[in-house]
Amino acid sequence: MLPVLNVGPLALQTPGLILLLGLWLGLTAAEKQAARTGFDTNRLYNLVFAALIAGVAGGRLFYAARYSDAFISSPGSLLSLNPGLFDAAGGLAAAVIAGLIYMNRARLPGWRTLDVLTPLFAVLGIAIALANLASGAGFGAPTNLPWAIELWSANRHPSQIYDALAALVIFIVIIHPRTAGWLQRPGVRFLSFAALSAAARLFLEAFRGDSVLVSNGIRSAQLAAWLVLAVAIWALYRQMAEPAEEGAPSAMVKAGNDAAQEAAEEAVQEAAEEAAQDSVEEALQEAAPAAPETSDSRLEEGDTIPVDDG
Amino acid sequence: MNQFNPTRWKLFSISILLVGALWIWASAAAPDAVTAGQIPAPRKGFLAPDFALTDQNGSEYRLSDLRGQAVLVNMWASWCTPCRAEMPAMQTVYQEYHERGFEILAVNTTFQDDPNSALSFANELGLTFPLLWDIDGSTSSLYQIRAMPTSFFVKRDGTIDEVVIGGPMAEALLRVRIERLLEDGR
Repeated sequence: MLPVLNVGPLALQTPGLILLLGLWLGLTAAEKQAARTGFDTNRLYNLVFAALIAGVAGGRLFYAARYSDAFISSPGSLLSLNPGLFDAAGGLAAAVIAGLIYMNRARLPGWRTLDVLTPLFAVLGIAIALANLASGAGFGAPTNLPWAIELWSANRHPSQIYDALAALVIFIVIIHPRTAGWLQRPGVRFLSFAALSAAARLFLEAFRGDSVLVSNGIRSAQLAAWLVLAVAIWALYRQMAEPAEEGAPSAMVKAGNDAAQEAAEEAVQEAAEEAAQDSVEEALQEAAPAAPETSDSRLEEGDTIPVDDG
Repeated sequence: MNQFNPTRWKLFSISILLVGALWIWASAAAPDAVTAGQIPAPRKGFLAPDFALTDQNGSEYRLSDLRGQAVLVNMWASWCTPCRAEMPAMQTVYQEYHERGFEILAVNTTFQDDPNSALSFANELGLTFPLLWDIDGSTSSLYQIRAMPTSFFVKRDGTIDEVVIGGPMAEALLRVRIERLLEDGR
């Protein structure tokens, strides 16, 4: 446990640093994913930063609205840097709304955008587990197992390490090129991440020592994870059964597994949304000349990603 | 790429969800598993570790004697700028909420501070809440203090409601937390 990193006279909060590092690495991973699939990286960054700014501002405003009496007494607190003055649910809602508005204005395809963002979510999953390890949050239940760690006056399951390892495995699975065949349909990469993360939470929550319990010792996080798992599996079924939902013709999905297919598919989607072209065949003709160039750049991008090489 | 088989997928999905439901039932926490509120540790949800220290007037304060009141344990030093910056807000809320059952124990880390500087600073601001002297550092060690200021909001039942590392704490944050502590356990 290392909640604070003392650098000279400064006491830096390690969990916050880990989350910032996770955000940066996650954005880098998402950028690689975007480049690989022909997604505009500028739009990706705009989307993330719009969501971040709205999340921070919305979180503070929701909090101030909820506890308006306290802020009326000390209005200067609105600009305080205290992270404790944020409403997490309000911030998340504001971030999602801002993201949706930007996606709508920029005409970003929903499933494809979520697919591109999935590496960011996966890296943040690892970062959150490591931040918990640093702060001592999300601690495990007492145990006598040989790999127990001493934390909060007891030998406990290293639940944060379990979470970090699970998140790492999920990250590798969703970005590994060998799984690309399964993950290339719109939404499948994101939904696979959601299903795997929910399954991991469902299993690993049993080893936590700080679970919120509902009746008869049932852990609320497991119930929520089971529901997310059920919805993700159902949505995966829909996406797998109907791969051409966002406008990509099924013939294209079956045609190959390289970047040319991805680029063509993206071009088909954009063309369909923006120009409402009469036939998909015309869109494919437009996309085809771009494929070799995209394919070359994909190879260069891929070489810089260690996990791809593994 | 393997062909997608809807029937196999449905069977797989149902199996996974059934196993998940069984696991939720099998891994339900035992009735006595939630013991965190009885174990002393400087962590949210745990019992606030007990200590006894004397204040600037020589009176002894023991944390466990304040059971039934909402308490803010604030670890500070006079050389710590954020500690000094949050003291005026602490004094404001102390005056407002003390009569309703709120207490502040401002534990000065005397083992690494100058008591005269601390007293001079307190007099300058007109602080009226107890300033406790942690001369040997035992209380700071008990609370695993790694940065200052660090504040512990303690509920009426003696368990820690929140730990705030760093500062200065905004007045609104103090008000929200204190209101919550006072409402809790009524």
